Amino acid sequence: MSASNGSTSGLYSKALVTGLWRENPTFRLMIGMCPPLAVTTAVKPALTMGLSVIFVLICSNLVVSLMRNLLKPHLRIIMFTVTIATFVTICDLFLKAYQPKMSEILGAYVPLIIVNCIIIFRAEACASKSGPVVSILDGIGMGVGFTVALCILAGVREILATGHFFDVRVMPNAFVPWLALQMPVGAFVTLGLILALINVLTRRKES
Amino acid sequence: MDRFTALLMGFLSVVLVNNFVFTKFLGTCPYLGVSGRIDRAFGMGLAVTFVTALSGTLTWMVDAWVLTPLHLEIARYICYIVIIAGAVQLVEMYVRKFFPSLYDAFGIFLPLISTNCVILGICLFLDVWGTNNLLEAVVISTGTGIGFTVAICIMAAIREELALSDVPEALQGAPITLITAGLLTLAFMGFAGMIK
Repeated sequence: MSASNGSTSGLYSKALVTGLWRENPTFRLMIGMCPPLAVTTAVKPALTMGLSVIFVLICSNLVVSLMRNLLKPHLRIIMFTVTIATFVTICDLFLKAYQPKMSEILGAYVPLIIVNCIIIFRAEACASKSGPVVSILDGIGMGVGFTVALCILAGVREILATGHFFDVRVMPNAFVPWLALQMPVGAFVTLGLILALINVLTRRKES
Repeated sequence: MDRFTALLMGFLSVVLVNNFVFTKFLGTCPYLGVSGRIDRAFGMGLAVTFVTALSGTLTWMVDAWVLTPLHLEIARYICYIVIIAGAVQLVEMYVRKFFPSLYDAFGIFLPLISTNCVILGICLFLDVWGTNNLLEAVVISTGTGIGFTVAICIMAAIREELALSDVPEALQGAPITLITAGLLTLAFMGFAGMIK
């Protein structure tokens, strides 16, 4: 490698921070939208989902990066999905064994990580083109960005819909829970309003 | 007759009441990203319906007749993915051979159908719902695909209108789409009482 030490670490830190905000999968790229809408009725399942995605993302990025020279163009997608499916199976069995309650709440959404666009997108855009270290850092950055987005959304919905946060009561007793936020409509509208807020803030910053 | 009623109810349930897009958030990527053109949305919906019906049925058969008797449930997800990829490949080859113009119109969307969550979703939910005969599996997986088609066609029609309307500055782009989707969900909740 001809790159000097300084630019290598620059490359690493860039791989790490891209996913946190500039290319945040949920808030900026709007990909992999199924878990942010489906599992964010409370913070706990959202966090579990986020950690599962981080695990799968890091492992699949690493494996895809290691086999990047063996990939055939027309078999690429199937190779990615089989790799991802392997790690999702590991993750699913782990949750079933050690977090049975969470596994029940998340249900089919854990195996559905296999077809989460974020993971395939990162395998295609980053891991199949770069070395293992960059791929792992990219996986961590994207995964954490995704988890934070999930927790913000889940936090808003949990506090307003039940008055609890992480199962601890935070709202005064007089607070009337907004039950609508627990329903599917709450997921769409809350995410829409958060995106609107981000829109306004970025525009104000630009001007 | 009773069996027929049960099948019809199951079908209506996945098209309207338990619509995958509105209640399970599956397939939201194409749903939110669909362009404001109904003909494209309809074509996409048809392709997804076909693949859903095919792979839902195939995975049910593999699951019930191969994986469960052999106690290979651990390999379930990998099998599902391979079957879906195979079904998509089949559809792609068929469309390319017999409908070349449609093939060009779909472009990259066709291979990407294999990563559409609706399809893996139906394979998984057939198991969750405890579907126990082949006919039921066929009807429910076809219904799911039709439900998806209904959802994206409605969305495409609304986006067509939305392009001409005066949206508040803050809501432009993704936010208004999500809020529209939320209101549609609310409308579809009206079907909830239809089936016990």
